Amino acid sequence: MWINMGPQHPMTHGLWNLRIKVDGETIVDAEPEVGYLHRGIEKICENRTFTQVIPITDRLCYGSSMSWSHLYCRSVEDLMGLEVPPRAQYIRVAVLEMQRIASHLMWLAAYAADLGMMAGFIYGMRDREVFVDLLQDLTGSRLTYNYPRVGGVSHDVPPGWDKDALRACDYMEQRLREYEDIYEGSKIFMMRNVGVGVLKRDLAMNLGVTGPPMRASGAKYDLRKDRPYEAYDEMDFQVCSRTEGDCFARYRVRMDEMWESCRIIRQAVQKMPKGEWRVVAPRNAPAGTGVAMVEDPRGEGMMYVVGDGTDRPYRLKIRSPIFVTVSAAPQFLVGYKIADVVAIMGGLDMCIGENDR
Amino acid sequence: MNLYEFCNIIIVWLVDLVNNLWYWLGDFLPWVFGDFFTWAGDLAASDGHIAAMTILLEVLVVLIVAIVNVLNFIWLDRKLSGRIFDFYGPYYVGYRIGGWLQNIADGMKLFVKEIITPKDVDRLGFVLAPVIFVSSSFLILATIPLSPNFGVSTNMDGDFVAAGVLFAFAAFAIAPFSILLAGWSSNNKYTLIGGMRSAAQMMSYEIPLLLVVASVFLLSGDFSFVGVVDAQHDVWFAIPLFIGFIVFLVCIAAEVEVTPFDLPEAEAELVEGWTTEYCGMRFGFFMMTSYLRGYAGGALATALFLGGWQGPALIPDEIWFLIKAYCVFVVIEWMRWSVPRVRVDQILNLGWKRLMPLAMLNLVIAAALKTMGWF
Repeated sequence: MWINMGPQHPMTHGLWNLRIKVDGETIVDAEPEVGYLHRGIEKICENRTFTQVIPITDRLCYGSSMSWSHLYCRSVEDLMGLEVPPRAQYIRVAVLEMQRIASHLMWLAAYAADLGMMAGFIYGMRDREVFVDLLQDLTGSRLTYNYPRVGGVSHDVPPGWDKDALRACDYMEQRLREYEDIYEGSKIFMMRNVGVGVLKRDLAMNLGVTGPPMRASGAKYDLRKDRPYEAYDEMDFQVCSRTEGDCFARYRVRMDEMWESCRIIRQAVQKMPKGEWRVVAPRNAPAGTGVAMVEDPRGEGMMYVVGDGTDRPYRLKIRSPIFVTVSAAPQFLVGYKIADVVAIMGGLDMCIGENDR
Repeated sequence: MNLYEFCNIIIVWLVDLVNNLWYWLGDFLPWVFGDFFTWAGDLAASDGHIAAMTILLEVLVVLIVAIVNVLNFIWLDRKLSGRIFDFYGPYYVGYRIGGWLQNIADGMKLFVKEIITPKDVDRLGFVLAPVIFVSSSFLILATIPLSPNFGVSTNMDGDFVAAGVLFAFAAFAIAPFSILLAGWSSNNKYTLIGGMRSAAQMMSYEIPLLLVVASVFLLSGDFSFVGVVDAQHDVWFAIPLFIGFIVFLVCIAAEVEVTPFDLPEAEAELVEGWTTEYCGMRFGFFMMTSYLRGYAGGALATALFLGGWQGPALIPDEIWFLIKAYCVFVVIEWMRWSVPRVRVDQILNLGWKRLMPLAMLNLVIAAALKTMGWF
């Protein structure tokens, strides 16, 4: 029996369709269908100036808009050959890690709701508020920030923000301990996660899965460490990885990443140098190409921008990590139960905005 | 004075009142219908009629008490879940009584909504399923007395149904059938899976549940609520049969379908499971009845394990019973809001491999205690 899980279904977290073929409750085949949220962002960007594109790239992912506008700015800086001042690099690292924690907390909340644990949903959203408030103090908005600029960030951090950030990290570490008690102390949570949706290391690498799902499969690969950008090479942090490749490993990798993000925020805020936070970018880009890759909360995001000497990009290509991960999903959905679909797909942290672009 | 006598007085008074009218009409129109009116009046005053009307009135009183309790339960559940979730719960509607009127407001909302019957459903099953679900759940409450004086009894002595506990569990087990019926007749894949899950789930928890109840019968030597509760005069059965009490709580949670075991209506996987196609007041009945079943589950746990209405005589028996039932309900809801949902194969494993041996062990313990002559 083919079942359409979507486009309107509580499991989907967005607008997409997962067709599964079931035998009783066991999945024998699966087929993701995406494209319901296609807005033509790549094409829209061709008709805007380089600065006007930044708010549009914010809309790529509602969960982590900062990392996508930052990625775009990096690709244009690569095209223009700009060097970002050190203070801007540290600010970017701090806000990117805040965005990572906020995104992972939203994932944790949605994951708990998927598994039927309503308390986890409320707790995750409650603690995401702390980091959203920090970003609001900095940028003025709560979801789409429009904060990075080509050549730096739009403005300096407000006074006292660094102390708030340190306090938020303390709060978050306390909460993370509580989460670990709540989730891993729950026998049912472990029953639902351990050994479910196993993705082997070789398969993950062949399919191009990146981010936490790949690191959970045993591949110790993180762009922040392996191809450092911004000020990440001056930060002291670990690459979180597990070897099991199941849903619990993915959960654990994300929790560890939140711990590491707290460490990075502390270092970035404390070591932040004085100085300029933005260099003036030229209006027109030279003819040529620019490319940037960053470690998005969901995987490896890449943007490729082509300039033709005008003030608009000739072409902008976005590589979405979730698009690849979802395409790979049927490989590790088959053989599990219907209830495991929500655990497996929830564990991938779907974001349809960047997926359909 | 027990409930039967109380209702009997009211009915006799009402029948007298109406009979005066009948006899007056018989006097007033003797040449046409006089015989008919006096015959009707005699019939109304007959013992059979008065007994039947008394039982109906008893049922009405018990139902009203149950519904008020259910409204309390929904409110308690919302406040409690709000506290667990770190917010306040409802408090706008009925501000001075802690948001209690929110239930009434939600009921009104559901009441004025259109009742849609989808085009391709099996109409008979679709309409019949809520009726069976609701009526069988009310049937459980009709058998549970709140005290020896408060319950649906059939005579002046306050005798309840002799096999009342068995009857209550039989009525409890009807609901999965109606869930399967609803799931099948809705003509929707999600509801079908939900209905099938309900049937599979029932197989796994019903047998340990009844084995535990059998151990209670073994100790009390009686099938009626009064007998079971009287047998707990010295010690509550929850103490010697502690394992059984835990198994019973888990099985009751599965029976009333709260979260770790709410597979038939798993909202993340199956949209809303077997209730997907129901809307308006039909859905409202399902909602209300699920809390009603929670109340019944708490009441059964109270009567079977927590000494029923027995307690220090400072407050009335009925209040003791309700306090204990509310406590059991709070424990079940606490579990409901703080753990994830199990998978369908895991609940079968849990039922057959964990609860079943524990229930057997509990039965052996009960038999041993009885043989030693301690009960």
